[in-house]
Amino acid sequence: MKNYLWIGVKLTLITLVFFAGIYTLFILGIAQMAPNQGKGIMTESNGKKFYSNIGQSFTDAKYFNSRPSAVNYNAAGSGGSNKGPSNPEYLAEVQKRIDTFLIQNPEIKADEIPADMVTASGSGLDPNISVKSAKVQVKRIAKVRNIEEKKLQDLIAQNTEKPLLGLFGPEKINVLQLNIALDKLK
Amino acid sequence: MNTEIIGIIAMFVLTLILAIPLGKYISKVYSGQKTFLDPVFLPIEKLFYKISGIDSKKEMNWKQHMVALVAINVVWFVLGMIILLCQGSLPLNPDNNPSMTPDLAFNTIISFLVNCNLQHYSGETGVSYLSQLFLMFLQFVSAGIGLAAAAVLFNALKERTTETLGNFYNYFIKSCTRILLPISVIVATILLFNGTPMTFEGKQAMTTLQGDSVEVSTGPAAAFTAIKHVGTNGGGFFGTNSAHPLENPNYLTNIVEMIAQMIIPFAMVFALGFYLNRRKLSWMIFGVMTVGFLALTIPTVVTEMNGNPALTQMGIDTTSGATEGKEVRFGAAASGYWSIATTVISTGSVNSMHDSAMPLSGMNQLLAMMINCFYGGCGVGILNFYIFIILAVFISGLMVGRTPEFLGKKIEAREMKIAMIIALLHPFLILVGVALSTAFPEQGASTLNNPGFHGFSEILYEFTSSAANNGSGFEGLGDNNPWWNITTGIVLLLSRFLPIIGPVAIAGILASKKHIPESAGTLKTDTSTFGLMVFAVIFIIAALSFFPSLTLGPIAEYFTLY
Repeated sequence: MKNYLWIGVKLTLITLVFFAGIYTLFILGIAQMAPNQGKGIMTESNGKKFYSNIGQSFTDAKYFNSRPSAVNYNAAGSGGSNKGPSNPEYLAEVQKRIDTFLIQNPEIKADEIPADMVTASGSGLDPNISVKSAKVQVKRIAKVRNIEEKKLQDLIAQNTEKPLLGLFGPEKINVLQLNIALDKLK
Repeated sequence: MNTEIIGIIAMFVLTLILAIPLGKYISKVYSGQKTFLDPVFLPIEKLFYKISGIDSKKEMNWKQHMVALVAINVVWFVLGMIILLCQGSLPLNPDNNPSMTPDLAFNTIISFLVNCNLQHYSGETGVSYLSQLFLMFLQFVSAGIGLAAAAVLFNALKERTTETLGNFYNYFIKSCTRILLPISVIVATILLFNGTPMTFEGKQAMTTLQGDSVEVSTGPAAAFTAIKHVGTNGGGFFGTNSAHPLENPNYLTNIVEMIAQMIIPFAMVFALGFYLNRRKLSWMIFGVMTVGFLALTIPTVVTEMNGNPALTQMGIDTTSGATEGKEVRFGAAASGYWSIATTVISTGSVNSMHDSAMPLSGMNQLLAMMINCFYGGCGVGILNFYIFIILAVFISGLMVGRTPEFLGKKIEAREMKIAMIIALLHPFLILVGVALSTAFPEQGASTLNNPGFHGFSEILYEFTSSAANNGSGFEGLGDNNPWWNITTGIVLLLSRFLPIIGPVAIAGILASKKHIPESAGTLKTDTSTFGLMVFAVIFIIAALSFFPSLTLGPIAEYFTLY
């Protein structure tokens, strides 16, 4: 046993150098060729830089709102609500979100509200909403910003991300990109 | 057809297509044949052997293999405890995260040692970058240990009579360098170009478009996320694992991470067939595993896509499925698929929060871990499945009145005893743990995030995940306290090493027995009839042991919702 332990110590040291050290440096090297040197993909607008993949809290009536978040979109951490589907407290909270949404969007009926608009994401940092969730907010934004609804519909169509290769996965909208485009709309 | 459905079918088919050639490659690696990566890795491996004083040609018997395996794990445990207990004062800690408490360090090191990655901490605040790198090292070597143990099994199944079964260090090092490393490099590169960070800078400040100030955690995530999947470890760099938009930025990375975690468990089944030159046996095993996997996956995907009936009742549009705890970029189908894939194999990474999944999905996730051998983790999946084969051979032998034989070796009382102990250990650890936590509400019930039946499921899930060395969780559970850290730590240890030692011992004992050539009286083990038999054994053991506990949790919750 003693002999095996001693071999184990030596083997650990050399493999530690290799797998924690050299492998890491190798990937770090490849990262220098990746977008933004592997520091995360950024979006720029009006001189401000944003992480494209990190969702942001949009609660203003003049913006397309993002999904509810269990960590309030603070990316220092991440987290979902972890509420079970039958939890009465959770169901009451969802009902409250629906009521709030109906007050903020008086022209919308409950059956037009997509589930993702009133449920929290897994990471709490979801950068996307569904296409339906964007469309359901058009009437409100048109009123607040005094823009034709048609223009907003077109904006949504331009910012809709198709499934991968047109084949795999859901359609979606990056809320940040859509709102940046919205701010630029005249 | 729906693009979400096409997406998950593509993931399965692509994994299968890639796994067959990989299986052939793995069989070549373990049988010592030439491969195209020899020029790269031969010099590196020679250096490892030279520095450690290893004679990689020295043959070992099964006991020596297991002593070597346990010894090196002891070294990793000690070193890991030191690093986690002192990380606050060690370098590479730009966010000034504190050192771990002893019970959390104990749980964390064990869970990475055993390829589980239970993670009672959150990556952003709980560990320094140095600790992350050490944990990443454990992700490589713990997967390598599982693969090496499977290689010993492969060797023992050859048709001959022998005591010696190859060299442990040879299998272990080759598993890490020639199998895990190249795939990890490919996966990490794809992740990098899709936005997963790889940097040693700390948290970055960002002002949002709306004007809020937030901080964004980054770090060397790409290297970590790659091996976390390839080695079926599953420990997330960030707290929410592969649901985090930096750890899994888009649908393409989701496909890549899904293939990365399933490919080695698939390939090991084919490797066995190539190695023993018994392709039909491979397809029998793969068939049984796939039937089991689909039986769990299809209902889960359907349930998740149908959405939460309680929300439908509120009158909103739930056509996009059960969206609580899910990311829009993956959708309900890919989230449901992932939740079963990650639990049948022992990865335990998540791209949606399992705690918020529908009751039927939660039950299937639990069942996947309770069975723990439909594909299974790196190497250990096939070891677990081997136990069920031994049981099935014995039972069908009794049923038709033939001597129970597997691959020309007679199975006798001693092997059966070991197989039974290993098969019963899993339910024993889970159910005793759950019973204790439920019996003491100040330890169990007080840590729950949900009331009622779902709360019970949280306790059941935590122990099942530990005993299956899975590492996913119903994460609402407040699990960072001495009770959970220590009890699950003990379960993790027992449920890792005994189920490795048991099957290797059986195989080692069988290998030393006289080889009996196949005759008309031999029970054929590569037929679909025998496959059905294995499936029945698995089903009966899982159903009988776990049905009562499932009734109290997910099944009861199902009837409150529907």
